[in-house]
Formats: sequence, structure tokens, C-alpha cells
Amino acid sequence: MATRTMHLNMGPQHPSTHGVLRVELEIDGETVVKAKPVLGYLHTGIEKTMESKLYYKALPCTDRMDYLNPMGNNLAYSLAVEKMMGIEVPDKVKWIRVILAEVTRLNSHLVWLGTHALDLGAMSMLLYTFREREQIIDIYEACGGQRMMTSYIRIGGLAHEIPKDFESKVRKVLDNFPARIADYETLLTNNEIFINRTKGVAVITAEQAMNLSLTGPMLRGSGVNYDVRKAEPYSGYENFDFNVPLGKNGDAFDRYKLRLEEMKQSMRIIRQALDSIPEGPYRARVPGVVLPPKEDVLHKMESMIFHFKIITEGFKTPLGSVYQAVESPKGELGFYIASDGTNRPRRVRVRPPSFINLQSLATLVEGRMLSDVVCAIGSIDIVLGEVDR
Amino acid sequence: MRDKVSQFLNSRFGDNIIREDDQFGYQTFVIKAEVLSDICRILYETDSMMFKLLSDITSVDWLETKFEEEGRFEVVYTLYSISKNHRIMLRVFLSAEDPTIESLTTLWEGANWLEREVWDLMGIKFTGHPELTKILTADELEGHPLRRDFPLTYEVPQFSWNKEDPPEVIR
Repeated sequence: MATRTMHLNMGPQHPSTHGVLRVELEIDGETVVKAKPVLGYLHTGIEKTMESKLYYKALPCTDRMDYLNPMGNNLAYSLAVEKMMGIEVPDKVKWIRVILAEVTRLNSHLVWLGTHALDLGAMSMLLYTFREREQIIDIYEACGGQRMMTSYIRIGGLAHEIPKDFESKVRKVLDNFPARIADYETLLTNNEIFINRTKGVAVITAEQAMNLSLTGPMLRGSGVNYDVRKAEPYSGYENFDFNVPLGKNGDAFDRYKLRLEEMKQSMRIIRQALDSIPEGPYRARVPGVVLPPKEDVLHKMESMIFHFKIITEGFKTPLGSVYQAVESPKGELGFYIASDGTNRPRRVRVRPPSFINLQSLATLVEGRMLSDVVCAIGSIDIVLGEVDR
Repeated sequence: MRDKVSQFLNSRFGDNIIREDDQFGYQTFVIKAEVLSDICRILYETDSMMFKLLSDITSVDWLETKFEEEGRFEVVYTLYSISKNHRIMLRVFLSAEDPTIESLTTLWEGANWLEREVWDLMGIKFTGHPELTKILTADELEGHPLRRDFPLTYEVPQFSWNKEDPPEVIR
């Protein structure tokens, strides 16, 4: 009898692939010989859609990509266009954007933690993390009116003034979270089952990680210190004091500890920012590019004309290509916008951290057990909306 | 670092670097397609450069713009040096008839999917790529959607009341 390997199709409806990812596995007994992710089930051509929209109106496309990180995506796109137009936003806007971006990091890591633990059999974690996430979703709702697709951060500032109870809502999160994270740690960090399922599983070395273009916790889990917030500070991150946690072994357990530590650091940033929000307008005043305040539109002729022109024609950008990277919870999220001098982008390219990190799946699982595939997919932290775009 | 990279590349690849400019804060080199992999390899291996991270590969279609004289397609490589904290972009212009360029998969494993995506959406061939197949679009889709001349169409959805009709595509 000749030995043969077996082909197994995991997904696209498998619950632990976090969406519609399909992995074609070739297995020998319980050992994975080959793993090949098959993508594209959610491809909706967002990059193409953005080409046919005005700069202003392309923004809502961005939060539909990584739906767990809506504010971060809005921020990256807005910063890219602002860099192109040379817009300097008021300090207050920068501070609020930092708070929202970090709150969003908490949101994304919470969902990651819940689903990752659920994949490994710790059902109760999901219920706890979603309970805490609700508070963050409430902040979104108060700001942008929507619970997930906020589009609150706009080119040149924010969509409108921050709500009156913004500070108290964020403070509530800050007060609750340290105890909650301690709870998660007692549930998982010393949990023997969790340790056995994650320690030494899905290992990637620093050289491999860099060679595969990985960023974010996937790269830092192997001990490479690269965080866009420190390397190329944007939106006033240089004013805040925080550490970039690093892993050592590059396994799933290190990445778990790293993400928990990142949540604590995020809270540190939020606390500093919240204590020092400067006074000022919520939007830059750049006639013809950024919408004027509503009260001016009702009472001043010029403002009304600008308002009308921005909505109907948009604004023209200078020739050239701009790249702006931000540190999303998954890694380096970049927007590359090529302009041909008209009021619509010639090309919008998103550097999707999930997509690029997912490429490491084969390296993580080949030669390992079949059950480790679930752990590996979970620890990469993918959002299929961003992978397929 | 900026001057160092500029000197380093100019002394080695003088004529093959068409121009160097600054794109909103990032150092950019427009280079000839033949020397791409040599430049990347030397930037990767030299200790004073250490461009170990291939941040991104993307492409732009400059159909019917003034850039088209240089070449209709532009492929942009973003390299990042973690130890020196410096980011550069390499831009290559390719002709409309035969957009082909060397693959970087021998140097960076991570280039694999990035190049596949560019091939799938923009139709730029990468020679030496181990598996240049579609990655995002459906198998039955013909053409490369991110090209500017890709027809934008609308297909009328079929329900029970119009399922007998032939599928209608509005261009």
C-alpha cells in the first residue's frame, strides 16, 4: 500500500476562520503537510469604487474594510489626504483622534481576544469581551451616530463637535478596564489548557517575519521593535508616553500576552490625552477644502458657496503620490493615493495588514498538527473584510 | 540617511536611475525596470542600508494622463529599513503593450501575494514568480479590474419574476 496524503477543505463556512477564509489543507494523518489559503470571497472592489468618488465621499468606504477598526481606517485615509493638501488640523482634533484610535484598538483587541479564546475552547471569554466592547460601541454611537461604520474622522477634522458626555464615557471605560483585563489574565494566562494550546504553537522567527513583510503584533511578537506610532509619529503621538511591548518566542502565547499589554498601553495613552485635551475648533478652516461650520453656512455668503462647491465638485489635489501609514491593531495600515490633479483619486491603494499577515499561515502551520491551524489563524488576527477588500 | 541612500544608489546605478524626487515626505527613485532586483538585493544585503522589510507593492494606471509618455503602468515598491527608520519608494514605469517586470519573490517571500494581487487587479506580469494566479477576483472574471479601461457595468439582478429573461448587462 502506497502512503497517500489527504486533502481537506477548511472553510469558507468554518466558524474559526473568522469570516469567509478557505484553507486548502493537505494532511498526512493529523500532520499538516501543506496549507494554502484561498481568498476573494468578500472581494467587492473597494479600491476601484474609491477611484470614482470625490475625495470627500470616498471616506465611508474606508471603515467598511476593517470593520473592527473603523476609526483607524478613517484616520489613515484622512491623514493621507491632509498630507496631500497640506492641511494642519487643530491640536484638539489630533488629541481626539488619538483617543478614538486607541479606543478602537481596545475594541479590535477585545473582539480578537474573545474569538481567539472561543476557538480554543474558552467559551466564556467571548461573552465577557463583548460585554466590555459594548461600552466602546456606545462611545462610537455618541460620536458618529453609528455603532460600527462611524465615518466620524473626516478630512480636515471631525464630522461634528464631540458629544458633551464624551469624556465621562471614555473615563468609564478607563475605570472599568484594568479590573477586566486582570480578569482575563486569571482566566487565560495561567489556564493550563490555554497554555498547552498556544505555547510553542504557530512559531515564527524574526527573520521569517521580516521576510514575509509582517507588521504589527505578528512582527513584534518575534521581538522586532517596529511600531509606526514610534517610528513615524502621526497625529501627535510623539506627545504621549507609552511603551511598545515585545514578545520573545514568536509563538501564539507571546502574541496573546503582547496584545493584552498593548491594551494597557492604549489606556495609558487615552488617559494622558484625556487629561490634556486642548481647546479649539473641531475642524480646520481651509476654505474650499474643508466644510465650513454650519452656522457660517447659514449666515455668510462665502461659506455657503464653499459648502456648495465642496459637496458638488469636491476639491482638486496636487499631482503626485502620497503614502501615509498608521499603526492599526493588526499592523501597518497604509494608504497610497496617486493623484492626477483632478477631484477624484487616480488610484487608492490600501496596504492591508491582515492580507499581508495572513500570508504567513503556511509558515506557521506546515509540519504541525491539524488542530494548531485554528490557533494559528486566530493568533494572526485577520478581518476578512480587509483581506479581500 | 536620505543623502546616504541617494549617494549609495547613484554611485552604483548612475544611469539606471532616471530621477530622484520627494513625494510628500518620502524619498522616491524612478528607476529602469532591468535593475530593480539588483537594487533591491543590494539595499537588502548591505549593512549600512538594511532595507529588510518590503512594505508594499502596488501599481497605478496612468492611462490618458501626461505620465503616459513614460509608460502607462507604474509599479511602486515601498521598502522600509527598521534599524535606520527610513522609508523609500522605488517607482518603475512599464509600457502598455507588455507590462512585465522581474519578480522579487526570491528575495522576499512576502512579495508572493503582493505580486499576485497586482497581477490579478492590474495585469502586470512578474517573471520568475512561482505561482502567478488570480488571488482576489472570481475565476470566471476576465480582465483586470483596476485598469482604467476596464468597463464599469451593472448587471440586473435576477428574481423569480425575471428569471426567464436573459441576463441583462448595462454598460
